Amino acid sequence: MTQSVLIIGARSDIGIAAARAFAAKGYAVQLAARNAPALADDRKDLIARYGAQVSLHEVDALDLSSHEAFVAGLPVLPGVVVCTVGFMGEQKQNETSLAEMARVMRSNFEGPASLFTVLANKMVARGSGTLVGISSVAGERGRAANYVYGSAKAGFTAFLSGLRNRLAKDKTGVHVVTVLPGFVRTAMTQGLDLPAKLTAEPAEVGNAIFKAVEKGKDVIYVRPVWQGIMLAIRKIPEFQFKKMSI
Amino acid sequence: MKLSGWGRFPQAECAVVRPRDVAGVESALARNAGGLIARGNGRAYGDSALNPAQTLDMRGLDRVLAFDEQTGQVVAEAGVLLADLIELFLPRGWFPSVTPGTKFVSLGGAIASDVHGKNHHKHGSFGAFVDWIDVLGSDGVIRRASRDEEAELFGWTVGGMGLTGVILRAALRLTRVQTGWIKQTMRPAPDLATAMALFEQAQDATYSVGWIDCLASGAATGRSLVMLGEHATLSDLTEKQHADRWVEKSRGKKSVPLDFPSFALNSLSVKAFNTLYYANGRRQAGASLIDYDSYFYPLDAILEWNRIYGRTGFAQFQCVIPLKASHAGLTAMLGEIARSGQGSFLAVLKRMGAQDSPFSFPMEGYTLALDFPMRQQTPGLFAELEAIAIDHGGRFYLAKDSLLTPERLRLSDPRVKAFTQMREASGAAARFRSLQSERLAL
Repeated sequence: MTQSVLIIGARSDIGIAAARAFAAKGYAVQLAARNAPALADDRKDLIARYGAQVSLHEVDALDLSSHEAFVAGLPVLPGVVVCTVGFMGEQKQNETSLAEMARVMRSNFEGPASLFTVLANKMVARGSGTLVGISSVAGERGRAANYVYGSAKAGFTAFLSGLRNRLAKDKTGVHVVTVLPGFVRTAMTQGLDLPAKLTAEPAEVGNAIFKAVEKGKDVIYVRPVWQGIMLAIRKIPEFQFKKMSI
Repeated sequence: MKLSGWGRFPQAECAVVRPRDVAGVESALARNAGGLIARGNGRAYGDSALNPAQTLDMRGLDRVLAFDEQTGQVVAEAGVLLADLIELFLPRGWFPSVTPGTKFVSLGGAIASDVHGKNHHKHGSFGAFVDWIDVLGSDGVIRRASRDEEAELFGWTVGGMGLTGVILRAALRLTRVQTGWIKQTMRPAPDLATAMALFEQAQDATYSVGWIDCLASGAATGRSLVMLGEHATLSDLTEKQHADRWVEKSRGKKSVPLDFPSFALNSLSVKAFNTLYYANGRRQAGASLIDYDSYFYPLDAILEWNRIYGRTGFAQFQCVIPLKASHAGLTAMLGEIARSGQGSFLAVLKRMGAQDSPFSFPMEGYTLALDFPMRQQTPGLFAELEAIAIDHGGRFYLAKDSLLTPERLRLSDPRVKAFTQMREASGAAARFRSLQSERLAL
């Protein structure tokens, strides 16, 4: 039987890169996003590149009440789910507009957690599956530069870790992978001067996701250098950290 | 963010927008007032794809939209790299019909520069295999341009350095091949006249290119290694190569870890390298079978090789001299380079075939390309070389250029006037601008 992957947030650079990595290995691909018809060219791309089987699905991560129906409406319950849903917003706005702040928190945490809850339960019933959550190194310590986004990602990282624990402990056959990409050259980081050694291309992230699923990894940093950087950042004593701008 | 071309000179602080789709490009253009330039993978050497006010990073548009297994026509967005096309379609028996010396160029960049390859004498430039392009114009309208429809826009855009509009998509014809291997024949030439005679005798070879020792002087002026190539057929392969017919076994990439200190490349080290390289080539004269990467893209194996020139970067000089004046012009230029003692080991000589395009670089004759580390005396040397090229009816490759002046460009190329008139009349001049177009008053 053909294996299948569902990409939630497929209009993102990382989502498409993941779709390509799985399609290249023969997976059938379900692309889900808001305004799914806009994915028509990405569907063509996966067909022209890999002869993949591709279907498009409408999903709104923020509309929790629609999530059960969304999953029920998929052609098959996929073997692998990659959720790249996320929204950074503007930190300055997030500091003053409660609506913006809530949108960032809901997009990065509540929405993805809700979708994964529905999918995890279905996968447990089936007895197999892998859920891949794209979280962020920004969630490892709150910083002035993006703490609203970072705190939401911290919540999502903790959610993934707890879900992984629950599913592994009970030997459900369902596995959870946490992906911490670090800097990635995407639309979200356009125009930023990112250090080349720390910045991954979307394709690199896509391939890393595929490999992590194949090898049953728990947590991956796409570029290993980030593991050391985040370790160092976590070790800085709070009385110092609070005065720093990093 | 700070951007430069492949030569790392000049550098400029540019506001970069990275759209993911055509709608994103349209809205960037609609919001833009001061002009913008599209940028592919940054492989033009100078300032062709830099605009401080707004640079459009087209790498987000990299969808392959269709592929016809019968004709080899691929339809793709401008940000796709030739490397992507090779990885996808070589295992299905197709190879780019024309490829420059790096596979890390974008489709849009290859069209905008109308790049050429080792088969120019036989098959023409990249544009010869482009069936149509979709171009977003200054008026916000997307036009499909081909040799039949919007033919004028097609002509100006192929080789138009992104200055007619934003190339969004293109249809490109690939060439059928039986393997990913190349039959190479290496012929040493002790001087320029012999090298040119070898090129003239090799008009039927699919590929031909020469490495030229630009520091050799006297009787050895212009000594070269001329490398001819043909796509290998299945029956040409050894058993081991047969098992890797499409050259898919990955080879490790080396990269230059740090900027070389600028004294690493001096006339003595380059002279020593060139002497050894030529001697080695002479020993290896004759036929061999090598993979396409080693034949077409030897430098791609060393990622970031542009860093060997150090922090100040480098400039590349590339001109083409019409056939009749080629020997005299090349001799004069090689003399000037040898005198300056500044040449690099990356110097290329190539016979070009006839081409008649509104604004593309190639014409029938010989093209010489070489790098110079960016130093105080470099602009002066370029001015000397440019004067010689102009005296011999030559012209310059804008995809490599970072130092030309508007006056010398116009002296070298009477087509500039019509190009700038077209830019004014179409409204492109106000919307599509690069540091290069401003420097050259295009």
